[in-house]
Amino acid sequence: MTAGHLADLLIAAAILALALGVVLARQVFTAVALFVAFGLLMGFAWVRLEALDVALTEAAIGAGLSGLLLLGAARRLARTGAPVDEKPPRRAQVVAIGIACATVTAALGAAILALPDPAPSLAPMVVASLPALDLGNPVTGVLMGFRALDTLLEAAVLALAVIGIWALTPNRAWGGAPGWTQPRATEGPLALLARLLPPFGIVVAAHVLWVGADAPGGKFQAAAILAAMWLLPWMAGLAAPPPTGAAWLRAAVAVGPLAFILAGFGGLLLEGAFLAYAPGAAKATILAVEVVLTGSIAVALALLVLGPAVAR
Amino acid sequence: MTATVFGLLGAALVGIGLFGLLARPEPLLRILAFNLLGGGVFLVFGAVARRGAAAGLAADPVPQAIVLTGIVVAFAATTLAVALVLRLAEAEDRP
Repeated sequence: MTAGHLADLLIAAAILALALGVVLARQVFTAVALFVAFGLLMGFAWVRLEALDVALTEAAIGAGLSGLLLLGAARRLARTGAPVDEKPPRRAQVVAIGIACATVTAALGAAILALPDPAPSLAPMVVASLPALDLGNPVTGVLMGFRALDTLLEAAVLALAVIGIWALTPNRAWGGAPGWTQPRATEGPLALLARLLPPFGIVVAAHVLWVGADAPGGKFQAAAILAAMWLLPWMAGLAAPPPTGAAWLRAAVAVGPLAFILAGFGGLLLEGAFLAYAPGAAKATILAVEVVLTGSIAVALALLVLGPAVAR
Repeated sequence: MTATVFGLLGAALVGIGLFGLLARPEPLLRILAFNLLGGGVFLVFGAVARRGAAAGLAADPVPQAIVLTGIVVAFAATTLAVALVLRLAEAEDRP
């Protein structure tokens, strides 16, 4: 057994233990803390699976932004009390649920052990078609070229989620600023980092976006970093979020998907297919759309974490 | 070997997440459990991608791109679910 295999087993065992801890935790707060650790270790799992793009996304969104959102929610629920009007299931029911879930796991595990060998793969097709897009990162090629419709719909999902969350705004708070007022941090690591990190974070995000064409990285990772850099001063009480009624904020959320749709219709006009790219102009078009999309996704991600407007 | 280990871990996470979703009444824990379930499905995709290493790539990029999309969509769904739970708690707080 090599060191790599040992690392696989250790990472897998730790993830398994954390997942069990989340489900069996007595306190919601404990479960959330374990879940954040779970997200970080999942990042390692993705590195071991040679999926660096996914690892970056998992670390930024799965552990970072999710952790922020869930810890804040757990704290609020500790104050208001959780809306539970349901009794926990009886012991016999828990046993039955456990048996059913173990059966699902066993069936899925058997399916994984029975996967065909050699495994079917679309990698050769992607590699063969990638030069047409002038991109070096095959995952970006799939996201922006061959499966661009998925990415477009995903950008639309983020905008719809913002609308959905804003729809939960209480009447008297409509159009106001989202997010609870944070106490101003005057000393300690948060006060320092909230001032120090954003300039560096913005540069790192621009880099991650730019290298995404040829190396692991891209708009989702860059947008998650940007969103975190926006949320950091808010958490430290140094900056207030803009009011949800601001026209520029709403435009910022919508412009990314709209630019993508426009590029799609451009392809329909020039090449005869929605989201087709003109030969030679593919990389320029993709990069332009990605830059606009990064801004929109960053704003949407931050607004999703902030939640609906709050009555003050 | 790596693909099989994490594929089986994915299968285990699906079961654990499903159990939490059905057996725990706390809404926030159900959201966490749902995310565990989703993480398990993503890992199964990752295992399939790793097995599909070909043409000089260490893994099939198509499932990887789908997982990337999935993580972002799962996050959007989680934020919406959390917002609903908080709003519900607030509404029940005020008789």
